Amino acid sequence: MKRIYFIAALLMAGLSMAAPRADAAVNIVTTTTDLASIVSEVGGDKVSVEALARGYQDPHFVEAKPSFVLKLNRADLLVVVGRELEIGWLPALITQSRNAKIQPGADGYFDASLTAKILEIPTGQITRAMGDVHPLGNPHYWLDPENGRRIAKALQAKLAQKDPANAAYYAQRAADFDKRLAEAQQRWKTMMAPYKGVKIVTYHRSWANFVDAFGIEVIGYVEPKPGIPPTPQHTLDVIQAMRAQQVKLIIVEPYFDLKTPNSIASQTGAKVLVLPPSVGGVAQASDFLKLFDTDVSMLVDAIKSSGAK
Amino acid sequence: MSHHSLARGVSSVAAICLLFAGSARAQAPAQPPQPDQAAQPQAQLREELQRLRAEFESIRDAYGARLLALEARVAQQAAEPTPAPVPALPTEAPPVPTAPPAAAAQPAQVPTPDAAVPAGAAGAGGPQGALPVYGNANAMSKIFNPDVAVIGNFTGAAGRNETEPRPALQLDEAEVSLQAVVDPYARADFFLAASPEGLEIEEGFLTFPTLPGGLLMKVGKLKAQFGKVNTLHTHTMSWVDQALVVKNLLGGDEGLNDSGISISKLIPNSLLFLEATGEIYQGQNELFTSHKRGNLAYVGRLRGYRDVTEGTNVDVGTSFAYGHNAVGEDFTTRVIGVDATVRYRPLRRAIYRRFIGRTELMWSRQGQEAGDMDAFGLYGSADYQFARRWFAGARYDWSERAYDSSLVDKGPSLLLTYWPSEFSQIRGQYRRTKYAEGPTANELLFQFLFSIGAHGAHTF
Repeated sequence: MKRIYFIAALLMAGLSMAAPRADAAVNIVTTTTDLASIVSEVGGDKVSVEALARGYQDPHFVEAKPSFVLKLNRADLLVVVGRELEIGWLPALITQSRNAKIQPGADGYFDASLTAKILEIPTGQITRAMGDVHPLGNPHYWLDPENGRRIAKALQAKLAQKDPANAAYYAQRAADFDKRLAEAQQRWKTMMAPYKGVKIVTYHRSWANFVDAFGIEVIGYVEPKPGIPPTPQHTLDVIQAMRAQQVKLIIVEPYFDLKTPNSIASQTGAKVLVLPPSVGGVAQASDFLKLFDTDVSMLVDAIKSSGAK
Repeated sequence: MSHHSLARGVSSVAAICLLFAGSARAQAPAQPPQPDQAAQPQAQLREELQRLRAEFESIRDAYGARLLALEARVAQQAAEPTPAPVPALPTEAPPVPTAPPAAAAQPAQVPTPDAAVPAGAAGAGGPQGALPVYGNANAMSKIFNPDVAVIGNFTGAAGRNETEPRPALQLDEAEVSLQAVVDPYARADFFLAASPEGLEIEEGFLTFPTLPGGLLMKVGKLKAQFGKVNTLHTHTMSWVDQALVVKNLLGGDEGLNDSGISISKLIPNSLLFLEATGEIYQGQNELFTSHKRGNLAYVGRLRGYRDVTEGTNVDVGTSFAYGHNAVGEDFTTRVIGVDATVRYRPLRRAIYRRFIGRTELMWSRQGQEAGDMDAFGLYGSADYQFARRWFAGARYDWSERAYDSSLVDKGPSLLLTYWPSEFSQIRGQYRRTKYAEGPTANELLFQFLFSIGAHGAHTF
């Protein structure tokens, strides 16, 4: 009996000594790849950053794996999307992280949504009869370049506070990112300008900020309610609405099944476009700017080829 | 000051309402039978009413204006400390379950969400201006309330089982969970289970997530960290019933839960996630019996986890439990468990496909008058999600009984689960159990599980 305890203690002590140490100044974990991209734009080589979810993964349904606990355990700063996007998996991870720095409300817990423009904040009473509603507004807000700039600015302040020695470096990088983003934004706006008011259908409500930024109109969703899988009656309603309004384009996130969108498309002559909503959703969308490059050019191509209006 | 004048305003409005109601009621019995004789007092009454109405309206207007001014001031105060970074954005922290008081500690600046007074209420003597929206998560009265959820577990059984009969239809359990952050250093979780046997504290504990030395400490009534299935609440199990090995070797349906202290530590290394847990319990539960204060029970667990690919991972653990048993003060029971879980969930299709294969083996040594009794048991299970809302599963049980290893219960189960949404599920289980006493039970169990409210995320 005693010997077992002794061996266990010895084993633990041995393993503790083999603990790896991170060497970058600020060790940052983000929940999504989009936030990781903005962090590395601002933080450069003075920070190390890692995202928990992958870009081709549904950020609502990430598994709270113990390997994530290890990452959070070593983090100096945790950057989250917020607005209850990660409610199903992040709180348990934070509790298990044993890391005082990143507990909600602590200095190293950074909610990127606090400076962003948030759409679809429900007013009045909400119930789950409405599906998986987000009571604090649509959490897919990073799909507006303007919000990217806001997040970068807030991150710069946070990094300067965490690592004052490199404050000037972060300020310079943030200004550079802001400038490049502003230029790119102009380019995307010009590319999208001829297609203002084009009507589309999307699978989930992931694109509220994107269509708001580029003047596209979403007339319906493949999901009858947020988070509720397609139903035959709702699919018929969508088909009718698309026929009535001449809608020729259906946008689907990479993590949804294409069966229903394809069958709607075949009934309406529309085109199904799988569009990545996050960095890393497809290979070429490798950072925040390239995500919009990819999405805008894919969308423009799809609008042209489908004849959507 | 604003509170007082507001209260006074409301009470004077209420007084006027009462006056109206009183005069109307007083009028009814005094109604004379001859209509022509009633003309004079009626005119008087009308005059009186006119006067009262005018008075009421002037008071109403005065308080309406005051309320408006107050609202404006409150709004201004709310706007002042944060110079409006973005329009249309509430600046208070989102009330996520883990948000500590620090994040929501500006209640004085949070404007009460408003709704327009219903049209019919205007001039009817009701309060003017704004009413608080009841049920709004941001309503001031609810800011520090814990997250509350209720999970109903309704089960039914058909077929024949003479050894362990279950009721044909039963609300097995209503689990109420109350979860909130206590202060910047701790959070608390309560799970109260109401069942036909009565109300029970299933769990109720305080967690200190930020202790020095990378320790995670829990204090309270806990499900012991013994193996996998023992730590699960009924509603997170993949089956309607409990595995036979838990019933036979780990203290019955409820498993091992007791009052105590749990401390766990991550053991950092470059190979895998490794967590060691040590727990001390009162020693009074279905498995252990404490004959005196010193008869504590001990539970230990070592868990290893490793990602094989981004969608596949392996989770293994070994557990140990030791305590005194019901035979007497000098008799102890010890149980050793080994568990292994393999999970597969492709990230791109995470909401449509997953597989979980799991097995737990347990060895029990129960001290008895006649000497130590060794017993062994295991289960193996597999769950496969084949569509967004559908899961199929199977389980095989084989377990000796702790008090007599010559008695063996065994049998397979097949399961089918349907998820209308994340918040409810309907499950059917075909179970064939061969009991040690001889009879074989063939049963069809079914279950409706449903959850309302905000239930915190579960650990993996």
